[in-house]
This record gives sequence, C-alpha cells and structure tokens, in this order.
Amino acid sequence: MTGYERTQSVGAQSVGRLIVYTLLILFALYYLMPLFVMVATSVKNLDEIRAGNLLALPRAITFEAWAKAWASACTGVDCSGLKGNFMNSVSFVVPAVVISTLIGAFNGYVLTQWRFRGSDAMFTLLLVGCFIPFQVVLLPMAQTLGWLGIANSTAGLVFVHVVYGLAFTTLFFRNFYVSIPTELTKAARIDGAGFFTIFWRIILPLSPPIIVVCVIWQFTQIWNDFLFGVVFSSGERQPITVALNNLVNTSTGVKEYNVDMAAAIIAGLPTLFVYIVAGKYFLRGLTAGAVKG
Amino acid sequence: MGALSIRNVTKRYGATEVLRGIDIEVDNGEFLILVGPSGCGKSTLLNMIAGLDSITSGEIAIGGRVVNDLSPKDRDIAMVFQSYALYPNMSVRQNISFGLKIRKVPHDKQQEIVARVAKTLQIEHLLDRMPSQLSGGQRQRVAMGRALARDPTLFLFDEPLSNLDAKLRVEMRTEIKLLHERLGATIIYVTHDQIEAMTLGDRIAVMKDGVVRQLATPQEVYDNPADLFVAGFIGSPSMNFIRCPVAQSDGRLGVQLHEGSERFFFPAPAPLQQALGAWNGREVVLGIRPEQITDKTPFSGQNPNVVTRVAKIEVVQPTGPDTLVLIHLNDTPVTCRVHPEAGARPGQPATLMFDLSKLVYFDPQTEKRIA
Amino acid sequence: MNQASAGVPGVDRGSLARPRRGLADYLEIALPKIVLGPTLLCGLLFIYGFILWTGWLSFTESRLLPRYDFAGLLQYIALFKNERWWTALTNLAIFGSLFIGVCLTLGLLLAILLDQRIRAEGFLRAVYLYPMALSFIVTGTAWKWILNPGLGLQHLMHQWGFENFTFEWIVTPGMSIYAVVIAGAWQSTGFVMALFLAGLRGVDDAIIKAAQVDGASAVRIYTSIIVPSLRPVFFSSLIILAHIAIKSFDLVMALTGGGPGFSSDLPATFMYTFAFNRNQIGLGAASAMMMLMTVVAIIVPMVYSETRRHRRA
Repeated sequence: MTGYERTQSVGAQSVGRLIVYTLLILFALYYLMPLFVMVATSVKNLDEIRAGNLLALPRAITFEAWAKAWASACTGVDCSGLKGNFMNSVSFVVPAVVISTLIGAFNGYVLTQWRFRGSDAMFTLLLVGCFIPFQVVLLPMAQTLGWLGIANSTAGLVFVHVVYGLAFTTLFFRNFYVSIPTELTKAARIDGAGFFTIFWRIILPLSPPIIVVCVIWQFTQIWNDFLFGVVFSSGERQPITVALNNLVNTSTGVKEYNVDMAAAIIAGLPTLFVYIVAGKYFLRGLTAGAVKG
Repeated sequence: MGALSIRNVTKRYGATEVLRGIDIEVDNGEFLILVGPSGCGKSTLLNMIAGLDSITSGEIAIGGRVVNDLSPKDRDIAMVFQSYALYPNMSVRQNISFGLKIRKVPHDKQQEIVARVAKTLQIEHLLDRMPSQLSGGQRQRVAMGRALARDPTLFLFDEPLSNLDAKLRVEMRTEIKLLHERLGATIIYVTHDQIEAMTLGDRIAVMKDGVVRQLATPQEVYDNPADLFVAGFIGSPSMNFIRCPVAQSDGRLGVQLHEGSERFFFPAPAPLQQALGAWNGREVVLGIRPEQITDKTPFSGQNPNVVTRVAKIEVVQPTGPDTLVLIHLNDTPVTCRVHPEAGARPGQPATLMFDLSKLVYFDPQTEKRIA
Repeated sequence: MNQASAGVPGVDRGSLARPRRGLADYLEIALPKIVLGPTLLCGLLFIYGFILWTGWLSFTESRLLPRYDFAGLLQYIALFKNERWWTALTNLAIFGSLFIGVCLTLGLLLAILLDQRIRAEGFLRAVYLYPMALSFIVTGTAWKWILNPGLGLQHLMHQWGFENFTFEWIVTPGMSIYAVVIAGAWQSTGFVMALFLAGLRGVDDAIIKAAQVDGASAVRIYTSIIVPSLRPVFFSSLIILAHIAIKSFDLVMALTGGGPGFSSDLPATFMYTFAFNRNQIGLGAASAMMMLMTVVAIIVPMVYSETRRHRRA
C-alpha cells in the first residue's frame, strides 16, 4: 500500500507534501542528533567542549580521547582503557552466538520436520523464556555458575547467554522451517537419507537467510547485554557495556566527556556496523522476534 | 506374490480412529487408486505404506515382506508428492540421483540411470536446471523421474496432479497411464478427483471415514456402486437420488414417481424383482445417472427397459458435447443429459427417455445398496 | 458388493518374512527427541526451576548468603514497607505509560508519514531505526551527556540566547524518570515505526480502493479503515514495549544510576541493588518475583483477550 492521490488542487497537494517532508526531516535530525553529538564531542578537547556547545562542529579534530578510551581510561580502579573489555566481549559473544544459533537450528528442524507428540507443548514451554524478566533467574544462576566452577569466566557468560538465547533462536528457526513443506523431509527419508543427512544436505542449504537474521539478532543482544555482564562478571573479566558504564560513572578526577563519548562509540560500533551492513536482516530479526506471541 | 498386502490395518491418533480395518491386496503391475473426500484417511494410508506414519494395528507387506517395523528407506518404495518436494538446492540431475547417492550406487551407474530416466520422461534438456526454474508440469516430471530412478517394487503417488492447472492435468494423466503400461510398475495412487480415479485405475478403492466402501474396477464402481456415498462420489454430474415408494403394478415391483401431478411407474428389471420384494410399500432411494435420462432417440421402442415420459424442463446448461437439463421428479431436482440438438428450452415440456435397466436402489436408513 | 479384501490366491497369509527393527532403527526414531532434549532440560531447569528457586528464596530470611528455611511472607512485607520499592513502582507506572504512549504515537506517526511514497524512504527508515542497534548503556551515556545541565542542552540554549532556559530533569528528584523516558523513547520508537510500516504495507489494497470509490477522504481512510486494521500491530508493539519497560535496567543504570538518590529507581534496579549490592538476597528475590508477576499480570490477559478475539473472528 502506498499513499493515496486524490483529486485535489495541485497547490493543496504540494503544501501537504511539504509538511510531510518537513516533519520527516525534523525527526531524522532529532534521531541523528545524539550520534552527531557523540562523534563531535569525542574529537574535541576538553577546553573546546567547555567553551563551545553540544552542536558546535569540532574546530581542531583530535583523537586523543579515543586513544585514551581504548588504552588508558580508568574504569574504577583499573586504568587500562576498554581494549581488554572489548576483547572480553568478543571472546564470549562469538561462541555464544555460534552455539545458540546452531542449537536453535536443530531445535527448529525437529519442531517442524520431525514433530512428535508433545513437541508443540515443548515449544510453548520454551517460548515463555522470551517473556520472563531475567531478574527472576539471576540469584539461582549466580549460585549455579559457582557450583559449575565457571563463575566470573568467559565460559560462564557463554553458558548464560546460550541458555537464555535458545528460546529466541529456536523461535527464529522454527518460524522459518515451518514454511518448508514436510514433504521435502519425507521425500528425503524415502530416498534413504537419515536425520542428520537431511539436515546438512537439504535443510541447512535453505537456511542462510534465517541464519543471518539469527546471528545478527543474537550478536546485538549479547553484545549489548548489561544485566548478565554486571551480575556474572567482575574486574577485568567484564564485558564492554559494563566497563563503559563504570568509566562514565567513575567520579574521581575531571569529567572527561570526550573520553566518555569515544568509549560509548567504541562500545556501540560493532552493532552499529552490523546494522549498517545488514540492516535488512536486522529489521527482519526484530519483526520476527515481534511476532512471537 | 502380491506387490502389496494391507491386512486389517487401523490407525488411531489418541482417541480418534482414522482408519478402521483396511484390507487390500494389490497384484504386481496393478494400478490401484485410493479415492475419497479429504479426511477419509487415504493419505494416511499411503503414508503408512511408505513408512512415514506408524501402523496402530494390522500388517502391511510389500513384495512379500512385512514392513511394519521397517523405516521408509528399507521398504523398496518411491513416492511422488503433491507439492513435488523437489530439493530446492539441488539441480534436476542431483534431485534424481540423490537417492542413488545415499544408497552408494557407483557414480557411473548413477549417471546411466539419470540418463535413462531423463530420456523416458523427456526431461534431458532440464537436467542442469534448478527446480525454481521449472514450470509446474516440468517439476512434476522431475518428481516422477526421482521415483523412477529408484526402480522400486512399489510406486506411491500422493495427489500428484492436484497442483497443476486443468489442461496440464489431463495431459499428465495420459502420460502417467502410458508410463504405467510401458513399465508395468505397481502403483498406489491417491487422489480426491473421481475422474482421475476412473481414468487411471485398474481398480479403485473408494474410501470414507477411514473405511474402504468399495474396492472394484472403475466400471464396476460406476455401474454397481456399493452404497449411496460411492454412487454419489463417482460420476460427474453426480447420480440423481430420488426418494420414492416401492409399489406393485401388473404383477411387477417398481417405484412410483410423479412430475407435478403426472404419475409415473418405473418397473424394476426382472433380476431385481426379488430383492425389492421386502420393500413393497416402503420408501427407497432411487439412483439414476444423468445419461440414463436422455432425449428421445429412434431406438427407444426396442428395449422393454426403456420408457419415455414427458417432463417440464426448468434449467438448461449446455456443456458442448451434451446439454444438461434440470427437471423435477418427486419434488427433487433431477439432472438429465440430452443431445445439444434436442432443442431443450427452459419452461417447456420435453419428452425424455428413461433407461430403467441401470437404475439402482438404496436403503434410505443404512444407505446400502438394495438392488 | 465386492467389499474391500480380494485375497490373492496362492499367498500363504501367515508365513511372510517380517524383518524386525535393529538398534540403528530405534536410534533413528529416538533421534529427534534426543536432539531436543538438552534444550527442554535447559528450559525446565533454568527457567522454570530457577523461578521456583527464586520463589523459595523470597520466602526465606536470606541476606548475604542464601538460606532455605521458610520464613513466610516476611520479605514481601518488608518489600511493601520499603519506601524505595514504592518509588520504583511509581516510577515504573510513570515510565511504562509514558514510554509506551510516546513510542506508539510517534511510531505510528512516522510510519504514516513514511507511507506517503517518500523519496529516500529507505534512508529515513534506517535513520529512525539505528538507535535500536545500540546498547541501552550507549544510549544512556549519550543522553546523560546531552541532558547534563552543565554543558549539555541547557548550556546550548543559553548560548543561543535563551538565558532563562532551564532543563535539569536529570538531576532533579521526581523529574529524572522523565529523562529516562526521553532516552528510552528515542531508542525504541524506530522499532515500533518499523512494525507499523510493515502493518500498513500489509493492508489489503482492494479495501482502500473500495473506500476511495465510496468517496472517503485520505484522512478518513486512515482513521476509519487503516489504523483500526492495525490492531494486531498495536497489540504486539504494546506487549514488546511493556516488556521492555518492566525489564528496563541498563538504561536507568547508565543515565541516572537510579538517582538522584533513588528517585529514578525501577523495580529492575531495585532488585539489582538489594540482591547484589546490599546483600539482601531474600528481599531481592521477593522483588524479582513481583516483577515476574507484573509481567504475567499484564501480558497473560492481553494475550488471552487477543486470542479470544481471534477465535471469535
């Protein structure tokens, strides 16, 4: 569906369109403003920040704040910048995304192509996992991670993110595979292919679109997570979101807004990059997550 | 030894009984049709033969081997699906050879088989295309090619023509029949289309509510339907059913009809007299096919089972080869099939010729055939 | 009549070979269940099991360390006597309703504007949506800087000559929660817009043409035909937004840290503070259970009424 042209006078119509475009552009500026402010602030020095204002273009561009945010800014007592935390995030986000996506794919495959009595009930049971406020699992999980000996470790964060990401990844793959006719699996079974052969040879080759959607979704979710990071890790094990928050809220010394902004951009860059490169799939993931009800 | 035996097979999902006591024996080289309305259990039965659905009780044997506990791949069958189920990520060639590859048939042998099958089905030029590049009819052929490549004991077809348009359906129907005659393969073919059933099958199993209502040759099913359902399901336009009392006239039993205030008595042919005896004075359902009520032709006088009556025509529907006209008997609409040049006009009375030799009579309660 | 069975002569009906299942066959049959098993186990254990566990903790006197002797409703009584909890609940009500209201209104407005055969629609859509890719921590950091009274927006307005302009929500108790709304809405509106836009594109063209033939104006077509038909989109947006609002934690942590004082606390930050910073595990568990119940109380009736509507329709 697109807009509706009606028999109006040309003048009235173009006034209407002018209003529409003006509104759209104003909103666009509003949405872009914080990004602009972040970037502009991050390349100014503190004097220029104090003298100028939020929206002023930087006069002398300097990347000192970026270097400091990356390598020497203080997050609490530790003053080695965000680089360690950035790598922490990478080190648990990558395995967590891969594992949860793979398991989700298998689950979706079983739930659509190999349905058995009770499999739908299982799916419903699992869907609840998308809805619960995670606060309700924090305390038992902290204890369990301790028992498993993976508290405050990369493995622990991978574990937590896989467990609580499974509901979503399963949902993605189930909703995708449900449109693949079951006759395809039946034909392959008659042709002599087994459970795994069918998955690798028939189903997986059809899956790249949903794999991309799922990976992007999981990546953004896990990279951006703060709650699990702040509860289940500490010190130099912390993911970048937690470190960023510590950096910004460290109250000792002069408040270096340019470093804060550079740090925020560094923390947001990976997901922003994914969004720019694969925005289409990002949106599909969001809306797929939306029709979960 | 029979290609397929189905013995007292039942299927239950929880409390619902989908199939109740199916018994079918299929000979080698036979073309058996399973036909019935949706939900009659015909596809379930086919899936059970294929091993895609478990058997609740009873036995299914393929080529003299009970296959209840065998997985689909060990049953020596091939199946063609309604949606064709071509593997979208494989070329036509790969689709046809996939089953061979899984079974570790040597590569040379695979290519040989693919070439032979492609030649049989005239799809040689399509071998390197992807399924998405094929038309519906071509996909159908590839799906059949995949089945042929396997050279199984039993071919299973699950409504293979339902997704094609009407014209292509007729073409493919002829081809399947040709293929069957040439290969001498045993085929179990599920359809809901009674014309496909009539034209293709050596025998037809008409199913409803999980029961085989009748298993017989197409002509037998058409001429001697076992019950009201079979009679109504097979044939297009369907058989007319008229409730009417049985009476005796001139010492012969027959049925009483009226058209407006005009009364007819249709005596039953001699062989049926005895069966109708118990029904004298009671109501039966009379079945008469449209082509048994035609316009008057010169031969009418010869046959004692042919009578002519005048009836008022209400609607006229030309179909080309013949014209369907609607009259009312016993206040029930009745379709008749007349020659297009008989000049039937709505609202006009017409002289119609009734062939009484093929009338069938049903019990209105049990819906079973009386005679 | 020729009923069903037509026995083939010469076949001895009892003596057919009957191959049995081997181990491999049983494995093949069980495989789907085996594959799904771990996920089911995880779900049962780490979702349902943990909910029960937290529930149990909320009925104990656990402080620094969990204890498991039943202490009745002690923690819940303490919770509802806690002024800070009431602030958190009030804030949730304010934040939830404003956040949902602003997102829905702006999202629908943007979607309708974008639906007017706009040039560069793809670009504009991407601009409205990009905040969704960011972490709430990043969003919070950015807005914290923008809204800070010292050098932020207020300073900008002063420089532009509006000397009396004051904007100190972020540091004003009672107002800081509204600052959270601004940042939250900035991040989530684009998502709602995308949902509505997809909904608008899904409206049957024939209905609109019929309305045009009937002489309805463009405004009329929107208000009486298109927007009502977006009901399912409203519904799913509402659920998602409500869910985000109840879970909101990172945004508050980054933007205000719950402050000034605890004036912008939400249940999620309350739970975190008491369970992990103040060593009041029992109280934290009780507040977590209250959050769960809030989600259940809001989402279950909505889903229920919507599915009932569907069934009736």
